[in-house]
Amino acid sequence: MKFWIGMAVTVALAAGLALSRTNEYFFYAGFVVLQFVVLATAWNILGGYAGYVNFGTAAFFGIGAYTAVVLFKAAGAPLALQILAAAVISGLLGFGTGLLTLRLRGIFFSIATVAVIFIMETAMVNWRYVGGATGMQLLRPPVMEPFESYTRMLFVTMAILAVIAVSIARYIEVSWIGRGLRAIRDSEEAAECFGVPTLQLKLFACTVSGALMGAAGAAMPMYMSFIEPPSSFSLTYSVSALAMPMIGGTSHWLGPVIGAVLLGSVQQIVTVTISNEINVLVVGVLLVVFVVAAPDGILGLLKKLRWLPRSSR
Amino acid sequence: MSFELLLEAIVFGVLLGCFYAAVSIGLSVAFGLLDVPHVAHPAIMVLGSYCTYVLGRYGWDPIVAGIALMPLFFLLGVAIYRFYYESFEKRGSDAGVRGLAFFFGLAFIIEVGLILVFGVDQRMVEAAYIGRSLALGEFRIPWRMVVAFGVALALTAGLTIYLSRTFTGRAIKAVAQDEPALRLMGANPVRIKQWAFGIATGVTALAGAMLIVVGPVEPSLDRVYIGRTFAVVVLAGLGSMTGTLAAGLILGISESIVLMQFGASWAPAVAFGLLLVALGIRPQGLFGR
Amino acid sequence: MAAALLQVKSVSKHFGGFAALSEVSLEVAEGERFGLIGPNGSGKTTLINCVSGALRNEAGSIVFRGEEISRLAAYQRTRRGIARSFQIPRPFHSMSVLENLVVPLGYVVGLNDTDAHAEAVRILKTIGLADKAQTPSNRLSQVELRKLELARAMAARPRLLISDEAMAGLAGNEVDEVLKILFDLNATGITIIMIEHIMQAVMRFSQRVICLDAGRIICEGTPAGIVKNPDVQRAYLGA
Repeated sequence: MKFWIGMAVTVALAAGLALSRTNEYFFYAGFVVLQFVVLATAWNILGGYAGYVNFGTAAFFGIGAYTAVVLFKAAGAPLALQILAAAVISGLLGFGTGLLTLRLRGIFFSIATVAVIFIMETAMVNWRYVGGATGMQLLRPPVMEPFESYTRMLFVTMAILAVIAVSIARYIEVSWIGRGLRAIRDSEEAAECFGVPTLQLKLFACTVSGALMGAAGAAMPMYMSFIEPPSSFSLTYSVSALAMPMIGGTSHWLGPVIGAVLLGSVQQIVTVTISNEINVLVVGVLLVVFVVAAPDGILGLLKKLRWLPRSSR
Repeated sequence: MSFELLLEAIVFGVLLGCFYAAVSIGLSVAFGLLDVPHVAHPAIMVLGSYCTYVLGRYGWDPIVAGIALMPLFFLLGVAIYRFYYESFEKRGSDAGVRGLAFFFGLAFIIEVGLILVFGVDQRMVEAAYIGRSLALGEFRIPWRMVVAFGVALALTAGLTIYLSRTFTGRAIKAVAQDEPALRLMGANPVRIKQWAFGIATGVTALAGAMLIVVGPVEPSLDRVYIGRTFAVVVLAGLGSMTGTLAAGLILGISESIVLMQFGASWAPAVAFGLLLVALGIRPQGLFGR
Repeated sequence: MAAALLQVKSVSKHFGGFAALSEVSLEVAEGERFGLIGPNGSGKTTLINCVSGALRNEAGSIVFRGEEISRLAAYQRTRRGIARSFQIPRPFHSMSVLENLVVPLGYVVGLNDTDAHAEAVRILKTIGLADKAQTPSNRLSQVELRKLELARAMAARPRLLISDEAMAGLAGNEVDEVLKILFDLNATGITIIMIEHIMQAVMRFSQRVICLDAGRIICEGTPAGIVKNPDVQRAYLGA
């Protein structure tokens, strides 16, 4: 019950801020941070819960963005429909990738996800309809009442998406599905021998994860008023979506949220004050440091320091 | 496509394929034999290319530079494996996920580091054999490809002989197949794996030199080579050295034909496509263990 | 004569060029205590991997309760009544001892959360691990881990339990503890295949024993008979 109150408060807060006099830049940056909350949460459903490391977040994100563009260009579809379609297409992509490689060891799945980025990006580069290699400008629809600017509306949209993503992750985590995924992560061989339908659960996690990443990507074209392959399929999305849960903590839905908010904010600050390259370097270094020194992430550290209760799941 | 063009594509593909095999052989050892999730292998190779570039600015011949870099990279490999072993393999449990994340992070750090130091522009080296072509009947074959082909063959042959004829080489193969038995014989598997990873990384230095001989390099080159090297290693079958050569040739020739027919933007996708097909149909590869 | 619960017919399995199993055939009757012995590398674990579904046999068939199961995934075979313990224990290490049992109780037996937890407590009591219910499973001693392996297999309510070297490396009284658990399980009607190197355990426990060597069955019979068999002695001591 506390959870749902918290979610409602989050949405109300986001809406309230969007209707207030807050500086416009806050919504530009806030949108990106919330986007990472969705990406990190989505990644964690397969990576943290099941233990299958997805390097290809950028592919699912990018295809979500391009799906939105296609729907917008072909039918002038409203944002909600774009997001839904993006979720479906990226979900299918997740399902397909999983079907091909989830029967094999984890590292083959990971390499296959890199392959998916390449193939999707190459396909979009060669597709004139969406602008090909040089990309395409997009005209935003007129601003929606009661928000002052389109960016503010996108901010609230992303906040709602974040709440949806976290709710789905939490549901999976506490349900029998989550228990099965944890068994798979701990010892897939034993899980399979004790009744857990490992392939089906992995496919489920992979599909849901991909769908959420696509949904996050759908809002991107409208945010930028522009779409092009290199930035849509940027590897930064892959590294960030992986680093944030690793830093925040992978066994609980709160971990990716903490990682996304912290690392996302750091990224915004560094990109603006120093450079984009240093920002990316910082992400990489933090990832390696946490993976080596704090494997259970910030949540794990908090538990060790007894700031959080240790629960035996 | 005319027969002549096809033949030219195949010849080029053979040279390219042998190069791909040599470039993948470090991964064949590190991942195929030692089971380390070394997704940073292509990044280290690109690092080798840039080191070669730096030495090239001082007048070093790239291949000589590559050979000179091998001992340094050997030490680097030993250090990386040691670190990986202490941080991950020893602790068991979540090691798989974290090991993968570690190497992914490492690859990224190397790539961004190179961008910071050298910028995103392409870098090249100069040598007597770069820029000129060998005339063979009707074909003109770039000399740099011939040199790379020669070095690649020597490297692949050398490593294969090392693994099957020398004591340490066979110990490496043994540790891949039956670690407990090796322990019982008194050998220390960790030291052997360390040595093997060092060799795999040392070899990668020379691969990096060949890479910059074959064409200009840029920091993001490691991404497409993840596809190429893993495609070769998977297609070959984990741990098979002869398989690596065969798989390299298959990749090289396919890519060369696609390059000629469809252009440069589709060529990188060949490796990834081949990888996905291999994973989907025959994951144990052609010569699998 | 009880009906055959498990029929393995001419099963073969290769790894590359290596023949781990060559046309192995055997039958296990319902309620039987069946011993499987053989030197290291003889194919015992490969055989149970094929029966439990961790591996697919290339040739031959495996029939369980009259049904051909060679094409079924491991989790489907478990739901039909085959459970196994692992030679090197593989607990769900991020979960407590109790939670380890809840997984099969839910996924194999189909109990809901509350019932699964209650039943898990009951099983832990019978096996003597009740006071460790909340302990993380990666903090158990060797013998406790072995007991957890068996408890987890019990939680799957099997008709056939395959115990893969459950007593390896245990001290004398610990061996007796584990052996008693297996006897008690068999008394409730569970058929048990025991793979073991500890000969006196195999002899005490089994009604029938089969010996494997280099992927083939070299001898089948009573415990007393097997021990005297020259082929078996040769297999263990090496020719």
